[in-house]
Amino acid sequence: MAEAAASAMDISDEVAIQISGMHKWYGDFHVLKDINLTVNRGERIVICGPSGSGKSTMIRCINRLEEHQQGSIVVDGIELTNDLKNIDSIRREVGMCFQHFNLFPHLTILENCVLAPIWVRKTPRKEAEETAMHFLEKVKIPEQALKYPGQLSGGQQQRVAIARSLCMNPRIMLFDEPTSALDPEMISEVLDTMIDLAESGMTMLCVTHEMGFARKVANRVIFMDGGEIIEQNEPEEFFNNPRSERTQLFLSQILAH
Amino acid sequence: MSDIAYVKTELSPTLPPPPNAAGPMKWLKDNLFSTWYEAIGTVVASAILIYLFMSIVDWAFVTSVWEASSFEDCLERYTGHPVGACWGFVDARFNQFMFGPYPTDSYWRPIIVGILLVAGLLPIMFEQIPGRKIAAPLMLGIFPWLSVALLHGPIEMTTLDSGLGIGVTALLFVLGIALGLYGRKNFNPGQTMIGFGVAYCIGVMYFLAWGLGLETIATNKYGGFMLTLILSAVGIGVSLPLGIVLALGRRASNMPLIQMLCIGFIELVRAVPLITILFMAQFMLPLFLPEGVDFDNLVRALVGVSLFSSAYMAEVVRGGLQAIPKGQFEAADALGLNYSMSMRLIILPQALKIVIPNIVSTFIGLFKDTTLVSIIGLLDLLLTMKQAITSTKWLGMEHTGYIFVGLIYLVCCFGMSRYSIYLEKKLHTGHKR
Repeated sequence: MAEAAASAMDISDEVAIQISGMHKWYGDFHVLKDINLTVNRGERIVICGPSGSGKSTMIRCINRLEEHQQGSIVVDGIELTNDLKNIDSIRREVGMCFQHFNLFPHLTILENCVLAPIWVRKTPRKEAEETAMHFLEKVKIPEQALKYPGQLSGGQQQRVAIARSLCMNPRIMLFDEPTSALDPEMISEVLDTMIDLAESGMTMLCVTHEMGFARKVANRVIFMDGGEIIEQNEPEEFFNNPRSERTQLFLSQILAH
Repeated sequence: MSDIAYVKTELSPTLPPPPNAAGPMKWLKDNLFSTWYEAIGTVVASAILIYLFMSIVDWAFVTSVWEASSFEDCLERYTGHPVGACWGFVDARFNQFMFGPYPTDSYWRPIIVGILLVAGLLPIMFEQIPGRKIAAPLMLGIFPWLSVALLHGPIEMTTLDSGLGIGVTALLFVLGIALGLYGRKNFNPGQTMIGFGVAYCIGVMYFLAWGLGLETIATNKYGGFMLTLILSAVGIGVSLPLGIVLALGRRASNMPLIQMLCIGFIELVRAVPLITILFMAQFMLPLFLPEGVDFDNLVRALVGVSLFSSAYMAEVVRGGLQAIPKGQFEAADALGLNYSMSMRLIILPQALKIVIPNIVSTFIGLFKDTTLVSIIGLLDLLLTMKQAITSTKWLGMEHTGYIFVGLIYLVCCFGMSRYSIYLEKKLHTGHKR
């Protein structure tokens, strides 16, 4: 059923993200080596790989939380350069969820959600609050709107973080290990939210080790190691028939138990 | 073997604590009389405390003299019993302690400033009192200049003496307003701010030159508690925003020049005692300034005190900024907030909340450090008292005088300290992660 849903989702020919020949160094350390990746609108991509393989760094380059030193990244037709205007306009279109949620602890859930629409998009407060409540209902926690992040469970906080990003009406969503900091009981509620989002046709790049999620919603799985993209394929093919040795080793380790 | 198999069939009930685990008797026994030597300690300490308390009460209220016209009224010879505090002295010189040499018939001017200060600060400090939205901009934009006009009267502006000066400033004023309106029409915040900013500055200049049409009272007539309050209010008002700017500048690693300037300023000022800075302002500044340019003594002290505490404030604020997790900056960036928005809305509210105790410590330190201005000849509260007790009419008033001054400082500093605790509680947003 899930597969049927996945295949029903449209992937257009329009290019959402184009990364070509991208390199990044931390000082002398070469973290990302010759990354080439094209993401079409509506694609759902899962990125996996051992820790330190550069997968987080790669998606953080897409909204310029990290700077790349060589090659080019074009998001929605805008190239990422040092031009602050470009960076800001890309960040407006690209939502991001973090491993540690990074909600603003001094603001209520609702304020967390309306802050960026009001200040960045200049949406009137009333309208922003309506949108926020709409998305909080989507992630199934409208009743928590007036609480502070510290009063919510991890799973709830991550769902708020997703709602907060959606309030900006992004065209692309980046997920940086969204379930890694959660208790096992809470992982599924967050994944359900992400699956709903995928079914709505959102372009998604997701760094995660949730292989069930990858099988269900991804239309492409990317394996990274040592700062390189080692292998990418459709999920069925990737899991059942990994081609490179490193991928086989990685999969055997994470699926061992 | 299924010995380890166990299934809980019903929930355990929630019980109240046993009777001997709560209540005041339990607290007494636990804290004051838990062993025989602690019991002895408690008794001895209580005796000392009671004795001290009784002595203070005796000194301040029982054997004290409340009315006196000179020190002789407070002598044992005159009263017939050993004398504690001579409050008559404080009463007789009260106005001097409050206003220093300020002209008597103009006391209403600082009093109005004081009332405005309290009335403006209350709604800002306590959200139960309505009117914060009106009070805050008034306190920032109008109160400082209104107080200057009230306290000092007109200030001589050489620029406004000539027709040329008046023409140029008037033109700038009109241009500023025009630019501001133009910017507002085109939603250009930069233009709006510059335009209205220029107009505002010129408006302030004219207002200060007019000075409400009052009689001029030079700053060497300021003194007493009033001077102490002026120094600390200006110091506090300047050091917090300037400290924040310096702290942000010190962290601006993408602007090395600004960063270096901020580090240089902070380290230089912190490496020098306040007295040195005051002396520098007093005696060295004139050497560097061109002939004819001169600052008022009080203004020099204000600048010295403000810069000094700004450097400390900058480090306090920086401490708060360091404590904010990187994720908060990243989340703000990822949402598309620009630098000023993310600082104003996300980072600073959290960082300042963390360092409230340190900020208030700096304020308290600043408040007490204002006594140092007596060294450059400003008549602050302490120096006023010092002068009063050297009067031949009031010999031997050291105890009463210094305790009175000490009490004023105590009340002010304790008040600030309590307010900081109140703020911390108010801003505490549930369980932090």
